[in-house]
Amino acid sequence: MTDDVDAYIAGAFEHPTRDAPDKSIAQLHAEVAAGALEDAGLATDDVDGYFTAGENYQVGRYPPLAMADYLGLDVSYFDSTDDGGSAYVNHVGEAAAAIAHGKCDVALVTLAGRMRTYERDQPEHDDTILQENFERIYGAETLPVYALAARRHMHEYGTTSEQLAEIRAAAAHHAQYNEHAMYQEPVSVEDVVESRTVSDPLHLLDCCVVSDGAGAFVVVSEEVRRQLSRECVAVLGHGAAVEHHDAGRVDLTRTAARDSGRRAFSRAGVTTDDVDYASIYDSFTITVLQTLEDLGFCEKGEGGAFVEDGALKAPHGVLPFNTDGGGLCSNHPDRGGMTKVIEAVRQLRGEANPEVQVPDADVAIAHGTGGYLGTRHAGSTAVLGRVGR
Amino acid sequence: MTWEPRPTPEVSPETEPYWEAAADGRLLLCECQDCDLQYYYPRARCPDCLSGDVEWVAAAGTGTVYAHTSTQIVSEWPEEDLPLVLAYVELDEGPRMLANLVDCEPDDVEIGSPVEVTFVDTEEPDVAIPVFELRE
Repeated sequence: MTDDVDAYIAGAFEHPTRDAPDKSIAQLHAEVAAGALEDAGLATDDVDGYFTAGENYQVGRYPPLAMADYLGLDVSYFDSTDDGGSAYVNHVGEAAAAIAHGKCDVALVTLAGRMRTYERDQPEHDDTILQENFERIYGAETLPVYALAARRHMHEYGTTSEQLAEIRAAAAHHAQYNEHAMYQEPVSVEDVVESRTVSDPLHLLDCCVVSDGAGAFVVVSEEVRRQLSRECVAVLGHGAAVEHHDAGRVDLTRTAARDSGRRAFSRAGVTTDDVDYASIYDSFTITVLQTLEDLGFCEKGEGGAFVEDGALKAPHGVLPFNTDGGGLCSNHPDRGGMTKVIEAVRQLRGEANPEVQVPDADVAIAHGTGGYLGTRHAGSTAVLGRVGR
Repeated sequence: MTWEPRPTPEVSPETEPYWEAAADGRLLLCECQDCDLQYYYPRARCPDCLSGDVEWVAAAGTGTVYAHTSTQIVSEWPEEDLPLVLAYVELDEGPRMLANLVDCEPDDVEIGSPVEVTFVDTEEPDVAIPVFELRE
């Protein structure tokens, strides 16, 4: 028997109900969460890891975000691997691995289902998306909730449309060298602010492209790496975080990047000064601006000034970003995090398009923003490093 | 303004009192009896302490605009009802509530503008949707 134990199960709770026609799926998740934590002698504030299979998205889109919001969790690690009935056993292993790697200390795993109610009653009410109910009735889609974040940032910090436009202009500058980019034409600040307003204060050119696409990468062990001739890139650190309604205390100027970045940089043992290239999720220009601030590349509220004067332009800007043209100009196939990782790898291998290759790029970051800045979102930051040929 | 295409909320036992109160002209918040948190959106467990001892309480229905946007594009929303003004309203009780501002010129809305709740009927007599209008 090994004495190298990484993790232990401290509490467990099975809901006594076998028939719950009057409870929402999310509510059942919450009830067993309370039961298991009580059994363990822990409180929600102790929870920093959360796993749910999401059960066919019955708790809402992006299940771990939906439930972190509902439960009011502040977590540094979350996962929603759904391989059916075995998922929860997998979560034991995944939680243990996360704990062993220092990603979290208290991981909560929940399941809820109402198959009996659904088979018997074909219920009139579809309560499986409780929180989205309070958004879709108001037309609170992706675009306007990001616009709300932009509005608030402008109000608090004096950020201007022209400053947001600098971000699109820098992305377009890079996209002209990417033969696969959806839009390859250079774009000026004037072009952006003169494009039509789609949800004020955001203009059409503040928004990412809508494309089809795909991507993949492979992560290997040190042992495997040694056997490969291809240059590998080191995963120096990673951090994750969520932001949500916070029981109605949402702060539209704060993103999950603040905590995900801090965790990733700490693990990697680097600072923002060490970063040579940044892939920053760019669903909208405001996403980039707030992320730059929260990752610590400038003070909170100074993102507008930071992006002026070509700071983001490769190869010689202060912080070259999204050198493939990013989601704003090149590719955003529903979800943009994949291309963020891929371009960071290209930069560290010296394989970006020559006009935008950052000389001697040793440290890069890839930051993803999932969900919606205005309601609930996840931040995920990876710090990557050149290993050398 | 026609509201028929506005999505009707799914009413479940967890949220039914909220929608019914709205049909009755009242805006409800949830209040945790253990930690006293008043919160929105409604749910059966307190999002701070996870207590199940939660009561419905009436909100004053007044607040101020925390953020706003006038959006020209909302999928499946009728074109004649656009632009749509979406806002976070900071209620006097504290919670920030995502909702629409109605019967206003988008250019008249500012952060800090005082607003008060009003209600939009749906096809269901027991269900109404809280929205806000500018208040003098």
